[in-house]
Amino acid sequence: MTAITLNVIVQGLLTGLVYGLMALGLSVIFGVMRVVNFAHGEFTVVAMYAAFVLFEVLHLDPLIVLLPIAAVFFGIGYLLQRTLINPFVGRAEHEQFILLVGLATVIVNGLLLVFGPDARPINLSYSFDSYAVGPMFLDKVRVFAAIGALAVAAALLLFFRYTRTGTAIRACADNLTGAAVIGLDVKQLYAVTFGLGLACVGAAGTLMATIADASPSLAQAYTLLAFTIVIIGGLGSMVGALIGGILIGVSEALAGFYIQPSMKSMFSFALLIIVLVLRPQGLMGRRL
Amino acid sequence: MSTDHRQFSRRGMLAGTAAGAFYLAAPSIIRAQTHSIKIAVLMPQSGYLAQAGQSCHRGALVSASVLAELGHKVELVHVDIESNPDVSRTQAERAINEGAQCIIGAFDSACTLAIAQVCEQRQVPLIVNIGAAPQLTEQGYKFLVRNFPTGGMLVSNGLKQIQALIDATKIAPKTAVFLHANDNFGMAQRQGMDKVFPNSGLPFKLLESIPYDPKAQDLSVEVTKIRGLNPDLLLVVTRAADAIKLVRDIVRQKFQPMGIISPGAPGLYDEEFYKALGPLADYHIDAIPWANPKSKVTQTLEAAFKKEQPNFRFAVECFNVGFTFDALLIAADAFKRAGTATGPELMKALKATNLTDHAMIGPPIKFDDKGQNVEIPSSSVQNRAQTPTVVLPAEVATMTPVLPEPPWQGRT
Repeated sequence: MTAITLNVIVQGLLTGLVYGLMALGLSVIFGVMRVVNFAHGEFTVVAMYAAFVLFEVLHLDPLIVLLPIAAVFFGIGYLLQRTLINPFVGRAEHEQFILLVGLATVIVNGLLLVFGPDARPINLSYSFDSYAVGPMFLDKVRVFAAIGALAVAAALLLFFRYTRTGTAIRACADNLTGAAVIGLDVKQLYAVTFGLGLACVGAAGTLMATIADASPSLAQAYTLLAFTIVIIGGLGSMVGALIGGILIGVSEALAGFYIQPSMKSMFSFALLIIVLVLRPQGLMGRRL
Repeated sequence: MSTDHRQFSRRGMLAGTAAGAFYLAAPSIIRAQTHSIKIAVLMPQSGYLAQAGQSCHRGALVSASVLAELGHKVELVHVDIESNPDVSRTQAERAINEGAQCIIGAFDSACTLAIAQVCEQRQVPLIVNIGAAPQLTEQGYKFLVRNFPTGGMLVSNGLKQIQALIDATKIAPKTAVFLHANDNFGMAQRQGMDKVFPNSGLPFKLLESIPYDPKAQDLSVEVTKIRGLNPDLLLVVTRAADAIKLVRDIVRQKFQPMGIISPGAPGLYDEEFYKALGPLADYHIDAIPWANPKSKVTQTLEAAFKKEQPNFRFAVECFNVGFTFDALLIAADAFKRAGTATGPELMKALKATNLTDHAMIGPPIKFDDKGQNVEIPSSSVQNRAQTPTVVLPAEVATMTPVLPEPPWQGRT
């Protein structure tokens, strides 16, 4: 394997980890509530703008504001679920779809009104720096973003495994009736879940803002990307989302390098079709 | 014998028929004889081309007052086509249904092609402000004129400028890579490059042409590929957002070509590009048509632009605003000569255009049988102190070109 190929793989892996974190939020929400968040990419872009504004106004590095933004997004998610989403839980899928697509449209047009269509970059002091590892060049921002994504994903996995609330949420996901029978406050747990999903999106968007420039037009692409990743990884599987993200990141990078850069997206959709045909539940999903 | 006046006479019948016919035809006759023309300006004000679309929109906004100052009476309707060909088609239909007598648009070739089909069916003239795909003027549309170079013309003129730059700076590049967006515009440029480059006589070898998706999140893979080829010159066809991603990844991967030159594409001269990259935006060159600072029309346009956009850093956005203004001027001029806004008559006047005073550098605007203005020259515009500056041809240049580009290190 040539050094340049290795460079391409590592860059793809680093980007894929951030993609994975973004998709993790979608997977968590669907896995527990069976609600597909069609405004997922839009929330990611809102987080990117939040990071941009904090950087422009207060000169705060996105890595520093990562947790505060995630916390605010948790609050937004919690309130959104209690007020807007909850009445739609258990209703027909097309009704949920219309609600969330409507929400997505409002968010994108709101962003266009406030920030305009121009891409908004965060020019950090290390934005243009890279680490020279042997013959490889690794972008500093991408390395930091990948480490951040891994840390947030690990924290979320630990929360679901070792905390009482996390265990209760998993119980809801496994057996909703059983969870209600033993007295768990399902509505409250759903709100916490939606909050956690959006906190993931908030963190991912903040990290993404260091790699890509915030722009309202990114929203739809991110929603589609998150869907592709969770379907490949397995809807509802947190580890699957991360693996899906890495697979998409690396395969797109390799396809771009060896076949043609403009065919990157085609390659990730081809991967999606292969997974849907050979393993419809996704790589880490439960058999349907 | 008395005559019953209540009976229909032949003369009365004729007079009545004529009066009825006049009554039925009156709205179109009255509309045709109005003293102003209603023009719909269709631009991608949102979507992935929004940055350029908004720039053209600013051009259309400022044009109304300038055209009035020049004695033209136009009524403008501004329509967003959302960077989407399907939306473009629907919005063109809607604009015509609501009384638009001429359409200007639409920055993007795919969107313009969709609009052209509607205009052809409805016999409403379409003036292309920006859109390089050759098929716009090669598919036999009778209600379309284009005051913008085709992809082939842009590349051909751009390559001539590259030769002039090599001569002026005495650099000796041996290799180049051509990186282009894979949208309609980028592919038209690619076709032009494939056709024109082998016979251009340029002293370097084109190692590879690499297409990329302009909606891609980053261009790190593309840059890694370019780094592997290690060309002396990087020829690019980009949009503003991806030009930023490109230069950012080039700097991160410490790749230092002699020059980054666009043989006729947006991106490198946009304000967004300067804002995002600061000093790293400097020294890249765009070989494109540009507004003529010595033209009286441009000076009037600049004054109006400054009044309308007081916070804008440049006198005028010389590419998008210049071409959009000229398109509107062409429509207003044709309407003045035709004396009517009905499609066929207006189109006849458009085809007979011979407009000496206009904003962009070049000879009088004229259209050939296909509706194409074939004489739109390019100039070399280099970024200097984060301002697009004409460096060639010498007669309109305000600075001399600098190549090879200074190293990235020390610029930030």
